[in-house]
Amino acid sequence: MRAPTNGPDVAAGDVLLAVENVSLSFGGVRAVSDVSFDIRKGEIRAIIGPNGAGKTSMLNVINGFYHPQEGRITFKGQTRPKMRPYEAADGGIARTFQNVALFRGMTALDNIMAGRSLKMNKSFFWQLLRYGPAMQEEVEHRARVEEIIDFLKIQEIRRIPVGRLPYGLQKRVELGRALAMEPELLLLDEPMAGMNLEEKEDMSRFILDVNDHYGTTIALIEHDMGVVMDLSDRVVVLDHGEKIADGTPDEIKSNQAVIDAYLGVAH
Amino acid sequence: MHMLYMIFIDPFMQMAQAPDLFAQTLWDGLVAGVLYALIALGFVLIFKASGVFNFAQGIMVVFAALTLVGLHDAGLNAFLALALTIGVMFILAFTVERAVLRPLVNQPDIILFMATFGITYVLIGFGEYVFGGDPKVMPTDAFYLPKGAITYHTLGGMVQFQKLDIAAAIVASIMVAGLAVFFSKTRIGRALRAVADSHEAALSVGISLEQIWVIVWFAAGLVALVTGIFWGARSDVSFALEVIALKALPVLILGGFTSVPGAIVGGLIIGLGEKLFEFYWGPLMGGGTDAWFAYVIALVFLLFRPQGLFGEKIIERI
Repeated sequence: MRAPTNGPDVAAGDVLLAVENVSLSFGGVRAVSDVSFDIRKGEIRAIIGPNGAGKTSMLNVINGFYHPQEGRITFKGQTRPKMRPYEAADGGIARTFQNVALFRGMTALDNIMAGRSLKMNKSFFWQLLRYGPAMQEEVEHRARVEEIIDFLKIQEIRRIPVGRLPYGLQKRVELGRALAMEPELLLLDEPMAGMNLEEKEDMSRFILDVNDHYGTTIALIEHDMGVVMDLSDRVVVLDHGEKIADGTPDEIKSNQAVIDAYLGVAH
Repeated sequence: MHMLYMIFIDPFMQMAQAPDLFAQTLWDGLVAGVLYALIALGFVLIFKASGVFNFAQGIMVVFAALTLVGLHDAGLNAFLALALTIGVMFILAFTVERAVLRPLVNQPDIILFMATFGITYVLIGFGEYVFGGDPKVMPTDAFYLPKGAITYHTLGGMVQFQKLDIAAAIVASIMVAGLAVFFSKTRIGRALRAVADSHEAALSVGISLEQIWVIVWFAAGLVALVTGIFWGARSDVSFALEVIALKALPVLILGGFTSVPGAIVGGLIIGLGEKLFEFYWGPLMGGGTDAWFAYVIALVFLLFRPQGLFGEKIIERI
């Protein structure tokens, strides 16, 4: 459990996003059934569960990739039955992917610049000329992106096409691209999968820093229980598409249903 | 023995003996190559952004040219007609996105490919209904396209450069350079490349696929219009033009489906190769070689370098 930070009491904070009775199925397969939980402003919320529990499906519902058949989602006070990914991004939801979805042919810098897409709105015409307002805009956003590059300590690789980078660095660039969107809610799908201990420690520190410095609310899926217990304020546990527990890391650790789900039940 | 001499020695002797004819053939080949490259460019734009091989690119060339000529024949001022045609190409891009691409999103590529066949036949039918099926003449004067030729007496003979061909080469170069800058330096260009690399990642940063598709199809429409103007000015504007679009296929196999420079180099190689082969080796086999030469080259490439000269090597994980 994290040491309590100064500032608003997270445990009693405002709800940023609420998921209510969401069910999602693909054909006859039920990926998520009747799940409800909330994410409060400023917290780090972990979503855990065994393989196939519906964790990634849940993230896909939150950022609009999947449209649930039942239930509703309230984000910043607005309730919606479904939303398109573009609207989610525009509303301040950014994410990274389990298997790293970067623009592989583009440099690290261009990848992160792509995260600024929604913040840049000078007209097509000016961009075509690369002159006047569009040029000025490009320069301003470049400055913001350089800040993020400094923050993530990836200065040396900014000109390298990301397809050539090692996995750990790709994950960092992907986080950079999500940060470039200046999100209110950051969804991280297994940010430390496949990393060695040192890389995990770096990534953990970045996640905590993002949360502290920018006040970004974070929801993350992670399999490394040590990391989950250290980082998160609250944990929700899914199994076979259903919610089986919800609470602080300490409560989760001693929850019998969770232990059964992970270790199996004696028959 | 004589046959071998005719194939391997004689053509080169001819080239050396009449350098003016050789230069003329080279130039003709380059000009044809520029036009092939333009057509291939339209394909590459759409393939890069959506992974769809757009069978309708050929008919878009015809449709754009027909619209332009049709509007001009209806008595409109040439530049008004041009502006309206550009508007029509935008409406076409918008409609294709709404009516064809959006309902088929996430379907397998082959389905989108078949859908472009559908677009082809709709455009043929619509074009014939509105403009009639007769060949039309491109009003070159009204568009200030240059006429005549520059003749150089050199290399022991003379070489002719059609001014129209020179104009086509210049316009094509400007357009390609413009597209290159646009792709690499602007937000929308970056978004286009992003969409080409990963649809889901592009969606997650808030790039709107719908918007990108409209822009890409519109850009391909503009390329089609320019191609149609220059090709139409050399022959005439008719539905037969659609067939030349098939020549883009060998160009793409040579250059790689995802590479803009590849489309240009591929187009030039095919154009040059075709004309040289027809001129020097064609008589040996009764002429008409330019109908198949490009496809044979493509076949050779498919055997030895299937990703093309500039295409990305595809390594599948299994």
